[in-house]
Amino acid sequence: MRQNYAFLDENSKKEIRRKTLKAISIPGYQVPFASRELPIARGWGTGGLQLTLSLIGQADILKVIDQGSDESVNAVNIRRLIQDTTGVTDTIHTDEATLIQSRHRIPEVPLKPYQILVLQVPLPEPLRPVEPSERITKQLHADKEYSGAWLRLFEQIMRYGSITDDADYPVLVGGRYVMAPSPIPRFDNPKLEGNDGLILLGAGREKKIYAVPPYTTVTSLAFLDHPFEVESFDDVTCRESGLTGVYMDELIDETTGETYYMTNDTSYMIEEMNKEGSVK
Amino acid sequence: MKTADNVALCVRNFSKHYGDGCAYCMDEDAVLDRNICPECGTIHACSDISFDLHKGEILGIVGESGSGKSTLMKMLYFDQEASSGEYHLADFLDGDRDVLKLSSRQKRQIRNEILGMVYQNPVYGLKMEFSAISNIAEKLIASGSRNVGDMTATGDHFLGKVNIPLNRKYEPPVNFSGGMQQRVQIAKALSNYPPVLLLDEVTTGLDLSVQADVLELIKEIQRELGISMIVVSHDLAIIRMLCDRTMVMLDGSVIESGITDQILEDPQHAYTQQLVYSIL
Ligand SMILES: Nc1ncnc2c1ncn2[C@@H]1O[C@H](COP(=O)(O)OP(=O)(O)O)[C@@H](O)[C@H]1O
Ligand SMILES: [Mg+2]
Ligand SMILES: [Zn+2]
Repeated sequence: MRQNYAFLDENSKKEIRRKTLKAISIPGYQVPFASRELPIARGWGTGGLQLTLSLIGQADILKVIDQGSDESVNAVNIRRLIQDTTGVTDTIHTDEATLIQSRHRIPEVPLKPYQILVLQVPLPEPLRPVEPSERITKQLHADKEYSGAWLRLFEQIMRYGSITDDADYPVLVGGRYVMAPSPIPRFDNPKLEGNDGLILLGAGREKKIYAVPPYTTVTSLAFLDHPFEVESFDDVTCRESGLTGVYMDELIDETTGETYYMTNDTSYMIEEMNKEGSVK
Repeated sequence: MKTADNVALCVRNFSKHYGDGCAYCMDEDAVLDRNICPECGTIHACSDISFDLHKGEILGIVGESGSGKSTLMKMLYFDQEASSGEYHLADFLDGDRDVLKLSSRQKRQIRNEILGMVYQNPVYGLKMEFSAISNIAEKLIASGSRNVGDMTATGDHFLGKVNIPLNRKYEPPVNFSGGMQQRVQIAKALSNYPPVLLLDEVTTGLDLSVQADVLELIKEIQRELGISMIVVSHDLAIIRMLCDRTMVMLDGSVIESGITDQILEDPQHAYTQQLVYSIL
């Protein structure tokens, strides 16, 4: 049996591309689509994967990352499926890629005009924690009624003294739709705004596609007296590379028991280390 | 039509039917079996109701269970769409517009900014799992506030006013007694000083001593803030305590209305006479 290019049949890909165009025309709005079965379980990036498969052309250069790593099992599996069915070239270098599929991170290197970043989304509805009904959340978006999203943040301040959402921190897109940015760290929220490249978000299980087109304003929800803050890595240094001010993982040295930090975006770290005059 | 100077809310020919209706029951002179059409079974929950709520008054609506009181309140609060009629609010463009004709988003805005609602069952008015203070903040957020310090100060003020000890403000209402839940609901509804407050059977189901407290609170708030209120009850004794003017409803229609004292002294309709004698 001959495998279809990019696994999905042409009609499915066309439908996904049409829905993607709609998503781009209404920044931050969740467009329903007919999510297909894939040889990967739903919840393991099938939304992002369907976007990638429906967009990828033979000239594309692909990068797949999972929580900043090109080499994790998930990233490798997804990349292999895409390559097996398309034969496209892959890269770990962010700048070289034309299509980047990512889970839980936006790369440290800013997007270029020729790039599309596809983010995998488990839970696309930012109002779901306060409203279980899909019919009602749709109406709330239509009415631009986002009290529920603000209320969640307010309740965190009441309970814990500050906002505890460290990932998937809600944003307002283009001054209109409140959007779940997928579980990227707060640190990445500012990178959603004003990009040269296109960001697409896909939720396979929940059957939604949404988009942040280039040069869109994206603001993280914040109260006047509780401004939005990102995690600061200015005072820590990556043990591997000597980098500072990039998103880092906090790790524990098994032999000494000491905590140390390592750059999360590994390809960025390698590129920086290979630069002449790098710290290490 | 514009509301007169002393009118806060004005309703004309308000109707609500559950079911499609038929040629027989859509006729003004149709005789129904209580509120049900004998031909098609449509329920005429409210039929052709017209009244004005004066600024700063408490208007009572009394009637037995099923007479259409809650349906009327839900239409006023946009929880239910009216089947027909006109509705004007002095605080929305000087009462110049029929607010039933507005978009869902504008109705939402009126609900958030001009109206307050207290339901018989606190489950409809509160988020039971969120702290009491956040429940109040929800109304403030919805009416546009984005300052946590301001909102907690306002929340404390109104919780104090309804006698909720401030050391319990971080607790969720699910931990509270029925009377306390009702007081939190009242504090929430009042928190943004809406010009019109709707109260639907707010003391039904409470112990008699707690009932008296809540009624006293409502009177006090009305005296202090001069808010216009509609108070609904099946209990004429409660209406007598609170209301300047009263409407009596039966089977979806207003059968009698006027100054509360006059209705009590000289009831005209046989049904009202029966109600009055039962509390004497
Ligand atoms: N959602 C609904 N669907 C059908 N009938 C309803 C609905 N809600 C209320 N009714 C009917 O409308 C009438 C008025 O009900 P309601 O307004 O709740 O009365 P009250 O508050 O005076 O007890 C009743 O006959 C009731 O059964
Ligand atoms: Mg009722
Ligand atoms: Zn009928």
